[in-house]
Amino acid sequence: MKNPFTQFRKSIVWKSIFRRDNKDTQRNRARAISGNVFLHFHPVKIRESAIKYKFTWGMGGITFLLFIILFVTGVFLMFYYTPSADQAYWDVKDLEYQVPFGMFLRNLHRWSAHLMVITVMIHMFRVFMTGSYKPPRQFNWVIGVVLLLLTLLLSFTGYLTPWDQLGFWAITVGTNMAAAAPFIGFEGPFSEQIGITVYNDIRFALLGGSTVGQSALLRAYVWHCIGLPLIALIFMFYHFWRVRKDGGISGPNINNTGIN
Amino acid sequence: MDNLLKLISKPDNVAIVIMLILITVYTVWAFRQAIANDRRKRLGKHVEGSDDKKLDTWPNLVRIEMLVAMVVIAGLIVWSIVLDAPLEEHSNPSLTPNPAKAPWYFLGLQEMLVYFDPWIAGVIFPILIIFGLMAIPYLDINPKGNGYYTFSERKNAILIFCFGFLVLWILLIVIGVFMRGPGWLWYWPWEEWDHNRVIYKVNVDLTQYFGIDSRSLFGFLIGGSVVILYFGLGMILPYYIWKKRNSDFLKKLGMTRYIILSFLFCAMIGLPIKIILTLTLNMKYIWVTPWFNI
Ligand code: HEM
Repeated sequence: MKNPFTQFRKSIVWKSIFRRDNKDTQRNRARAISGNVFLHFHPVKIRESAIKYKFTWGMGGITFLLFIILFVTGVFLMFYYTPSADQAYWDVKDLEYQVPFGMFLRNLHRWSAHLMVITVMIHMFRVFMTGSYKPPRQFNWVIGVVLLLLTLLLSFTGYLTPWDQLGFWAITVGTNMAAAAPFIGFEGPFSEQIGITVYNDIRFALLGGSTVGQSALLRAYVWHCIGLPLIALIFMFYHFWRVRKDGGISGPNINNTGIN
Repeated sequence: MDNLLKLISKPDNVAIVIMLILITVYTVWAFRQAIANDRRKRLGKHVEGSDDKKLDTWPNLVRIEMLVAMVVIAGLIVWSIVLDAPLEEHSNPSLTPNPAKAPWYFLGLQEMLVYFDPWIAGVIFPILIIFGLMAIPYLDINPKGNGYYTFSERKNAILIFCFGFLVLWILLIVIGVFMRGPGWLWYWPWEEWDHNRVIYKVNVDLTQYFGIDSRSLFGFLIGGSVVILYFGLGMILPYYIWKKRNSDFLKKLGMTRYIILSFLFCAMIGLPIKIILTLTLNMKYIWVTPWFNI
């Protein structure tokens, strides 16, 4: 009996999908990367130490993987969730007790979110420790800091959505800090002098009100599910593209001219 | 002890325990690789990776990526089966939990609220942290150590960053998560939380140690001078010392970079200074003004 998978890999269908035959030749190894819309983010050939786990710890890649997992589990969560102050909490409860694998889905989303914050911090630490922010990669580090911020904001906005005591008060504490901003927060220095009140300050803009309520929930939800992921995705693709343009993963003997 | 177990097995806190383990492992790994490279240099050899060849990405890199992805996903699946995400009571605006904690990654900022007013802890410091992080590549002009682990070639940069990252960021988070109980009072993780505990602390402003009312004009002037003097001396003294020694570093750095670097450094060191003053002397404010207090 012939292995049906091997048969399939020799068929014209396989070739029509992958645009190449399946012989292990140098040319085909190159085309496996350059001829694949996802893999062609990689260069066809790559430095040895960029492959070894011990150099990069794969932390940037793991962070991106977690982002994808969060995207997928997030879409499924959205099927069951209504961003309404009356409904949200009970939707999450239903998810736990009624929806098949609902609890598992929610766990995956939450633990991936925690892990993503952790891995992005470790990624930054690695990039610092290998001095990979030095020329020509300075600006990609700056993009990275924006990504760090976006990761934290994504997690922060998601915290409110279950509409339980934990999220409610965490967001209350968090946004109260914004109220203390000089000039633009109603409790901050110099804001009284320029007519900033609880009804027109930065916190009001974030919450869509003077307390955490229905509008705050809706704003958090829209930022969490649409606004921030979209912005983060754009920055990530720019980040990856810059890794390539800056000469690939950094290493000791590359001449750091910035021209690829 | 009971309390310790309760605290670290709280579902959300398990993530922080995992973070601590990962940060420890990777910090040790980074320094071991740095020290190994430094030793090679001393022996006149090249650092690791200098004589790298280029390999085919397919299958070499793609295989490792696949493996790592599988390990991460498997770990997450186990984690999600074993541990359920928390869902507390329905939100209730009239029932404030004590302590009310921000999400764990912001607890470093919340912890700073003990030592600074909210506009500094919650607004100025975050802005300085973000701006400071973004400025790192432009302030660190040392060309060595680009693309490999090393300690000896960039000691100062690594020490400053690790102090900021491991102490002012990670340690403050850990304190916020594990050592803070009702009323944001300090509890060791094995101590039982006591909701009735009150600590009467007499907070003293700096000038009051010398019998000067911090709210008087005189107090205002002294407090202001201390703050300005701190930044002034912190920024000007090193300049003169380096200048006198005709330091190459200073020349390469240039004025703009020097000012930004020394300001950020003073601001960063100001945090532990204020923490120590508050903990040892119960100090509240250094400078009291009608508009803001520092
Ligand atoms: C959502 C967050 C982020 C994602 C998905 C991400 C992803 C990646 C990936 C996949 C790489 C390739 C090498 C590796 O895996 O280490 C990389 C490299 C890099 N990242 Fe990130 N990153 C993120 C955040 C950051 C942050 C916070 C920083 C720094 C503050 C940063 C700075 C850099 C730099 C400078 C490189 C080039 C490293 C080198 O050439 O050795 N990134 N990033």
